[in-house]
Amino acid sequence: MSTVKTQPLNRRQMAWRSAQDIADKSLVNLGLGMPLAVADYLQPGRDVFFQSENGVVGVGPLATADKIDTDLVDAGSRRVTLRPGATIIDSASSFAMIRGGHIDVSILGAFEVAANGDLANWDMRVPDKGPLVGGAMDLAAGARAVWVIMEHTTRKGAPRLVGSCSLPLTAVRCVKRIYTDLAVVDVTPAGFVVLEVLEGMTPEELATKSGAPLTFAPGWKPLSAPPIADAD
Amino acid sequence: MAIDKRVKSAGDALADVADGATVFISGFGGAGFPNLLIRALREQGTKRLTLVVNSATHRYSLTHELIEAGQVSKVICSAARGAGKDLSPFETLLKAGKIELTCLPQGTFAEAIRAGGAGIPAFYTPVGVGTDLTRGKEVRRFGERDYVLEPAIQGDLALVRADTADQYGNLTFRYAQANFGPVMATAARLAVAEVRAISDQPIPHTQAQLPGIYIDRVVLAAE
Repeated sequence: MSTVKTQPLNRRQMAWRSAQDIADKSLVNLGLGMPLAVADYLQPGRDVFFQSENGVVGVGPLATADKIDTDLVDAGSRRVTLRPGATIIDSASSFAMIRGGHIDVSILGAFEVAANGDLANWDMRVPDKGPLVGGAMDLAAGARAVWVIMEHTTRKGAPRLVGSCSLPLTAVRCVKRIYTDLAVVDVTPAGFVVLEVLEGMTPEELATKSGAPLTFAPGWKPLSAPPIADAD
Repeated sequence: MAIDKRVKSAGDALADVADGATVFISGFGGAGFPNLLIRALREQGTKRLTLVVNSATHRYSLTHELIEAGQVSKVICSAARGAGKDLSPFETLLKAGKIELTCLPQGTFAEAIRAGGAGIPAFYTPVGVGTDLTRGKEVRRFGERDYVLEPAIQGDLALVRADTADQYGNLTFRYAQANFGPVMATAARLAVAEVRAISDQPIPHTQAQLPGIYIDRVVLAAE
């Protein structure tokens, strides 16, 4: 038996892991923060369109200094480019696309996910700061599938997979899959079902880091990722 | 008389805006902020405004000037958080109870404005059901899912940034500049566009992205 303890996935490795599951020819919306890195790790040969809530359908790579155009931005105000076949629509049309079930996968960051799929990802209850919901509720309620990328626990070690969310909800019963630094977990009518566990970690250890019961899928696999330097 | 919606200055375009007006302001992420018109509204000094704008304050938008000048009594938006840990001028007023806030999911915000310009008084949406942002609102089940009733938004004035216009008020937008501009123009009694260029010739119908019927006044925003 190996005694080497595998490190938890870093943020870019978590993005890499979720990117492996994006199907060819999908329309995908990436939330701000960690999910944006997903675009860097698609499987070769998969032709995917990325939608941005401000109406860009077919976001390309970030603009290099010589290509920057202040009118061509994504949902995170980043200066981007267009991919071949891209189109741009207005905000009401963009949210009709989102709400109308035309987005195959919405990948969001989160603070907490409950065993019934409830999502909390918009309000940390920071005193006196104004609320910022943006498109989070629309993306959570409207996409065909909602995936979450988040660390398995908070910095203080509190579980983010919980029985019920303690923070304000973004949407009810919407999350289908969670990619953490320790596991890949489906959210099913029967609760959390673990598909992959960090290589070298036992199911019992994962359970102690989770705030709701876990079921382990038959044939669950070890989770690993290629070495990728973490984002700043 | 030939239709001609071109006006000389932003000040002229906003001369008859009244205190208490509900004002739509376009823009998202640095694209499409009508900063010439926002500045003109500040110089005009109109009071007790309700701003309907996606971000209460954004680093590339001048809405904070209206807010700091005390001209704004209410904001309807999807993003009310200032960048950074310190409180923004908006957040300071909000904390002091000197400004009113309605925070909506961005798609509900956009659709409420679209509905306002399309003769729809309210609409049911699945977004926000079961969250703090829809507390107290009517919920109705259609099929297997719950939906919340959201009222449309109409306004007195829309300030819209576009790329080009012609004398008829037809507009084109660059890249992601359109964002909320087209629906805001439809939902306002008076819609004013500031543009990079005004075309001497009518914009070809294959290029016009918003019919001039929705735009009342056009101002050239010099670079």
